[in-house]
Amino acid sequence: MTPALRNRLVAVVALLVAGSGLAFVAFGNIGDNLVYYWSPSELLSNGEKAYSATIRLGGVVQPGSIQWNAQHTTLEFRVADGPKPEAQSVLVRSTETPPQMFREKIGVVVEGTYDRSGVFSSNRLMVNHSNEYRPPKEGEAPRQWQETLSENTTAAATGAK
Amino acid sequence: MGKLLHRVLPGVAVVLLVAGAYLGLFWAPPDREMGDVQRIMYVHVPAVWMALLALTLNFCCSVTYLFKPSWKTDAMAEASAEVGLLFGTVGVLLGSIWGRPTWGVYWTWDPRITTAAIMLVAYVGYLALRRFVEDPEKRAVWSAVVGIIAAVDVPIVWFSVRWWRSLHQVQSSPKTVDPLMVLPLRVSAFAFLALMIVFLARRYLIALAERNAEVALPEALPSDDPATRGGSGASKVVA
Repeated sequence: MTPALRNRLVAVVALLVAGSGLAFVAFGNIGDNLVYYWSPSELLSNGEKAYSATIRLGGVVQPGSIQWNAQHTTLEFRVADGPKPEAQSVLVRSTETPPQMFREKIGVVVEGTYDRSGVFSSNRLMVNHSNEYRPPKEGEAPRQWQETLSENTTAAATGAK
Repeated sequence: MGKLLHRVLPGVAVVLLVAGAYLGLFWAPPDREMGDVQRIMYVHVPAVWMALLALTLNFCCSVTYLFKPSWKTDAMAEASAEVGLLFGTVGVLLGSIWGRPTWGVYWTWDPRITTAAIMLVAYVGYLALRRFVEDPEKRAVWSAVVGIIAAVDVPIVWFSVRWWRSLHQVQSSPKTVDPLMVLPLRVSAFAFLALMIVFLARRYLIALAERNAEVALPEALPSDDPATRGGSGASKVVA
């Protein structure tokens, strides 16, 4: 076999290996077994498997569920499957300062453990951002609208709403 | 051609970089939710785009070399892997800096970040292999094979945010980005493209000169075999 022919054969084999590797990752459903986070409904339907292991839970902060206890510096909120009020949700207790973008209806991923009392104790709270980028509205400073929102949230949490 | 690549294009790159920095830092509005932090997008996104582009070029060179061997193709493969790794590392670092104030963490093992890390490690391995193999012909063939295998991860990085749940957002499009932010991103992307072509051209010429020297004077190269080592080579080993 000439070196040129051997090289071509090597190329074909390498391309086949690379192609099948890519196809396996793309169509092999490895995402079914290997997920970055569980949604609240998946967590609730997993029963025993969900307890005591360190897991990630991802979803949307349920509107009106944020409760900040300044005395004990604990933050409680519900992570739901979606922004609708009837979506399934899990109560999360976090001792960490939330990122500045934390608010109602924003996507979050929390890392921690779920216990039998139905509370998810989080030691890592992450906020995810959508792929939308917009300037502030007319006459509004960036993130200002969020502050007005969080005042409402506090009001809602204390039962004024 | 040479003048265009080595005189004009670096100038264009610098002008575009300055324009992109000005537009991104002062002209574009801050993001409604993230504030000024969002301006990292104007460098993070182009850096990663260029990394993916350069590494795709590396894949093309790897395949081409095996079908039609040429030192030019091998030199371009080396240049594109190195430049791709450079832009990829910059992109991942910038992403990490952006992640801390936005997500709350510098790093998390989400699919996008994990596959990007694998990509960086794979091409570090590719470049290490190139330096370990002395015979230029063997080096070109072996690294072409590794280049083809490593390239599997490049499309996975791109599609990771669509295939799997991740913390990283999916790709933006001009529809999801305000027009005032699209312009700085475009200018900055072209600046990075010009910069990448300048780097690629320089690195390619260096690699090609090295290949030509290796092929013309193989005995002048340092060797692992002590018997074939010259006087200066032997003294290096002692030192």
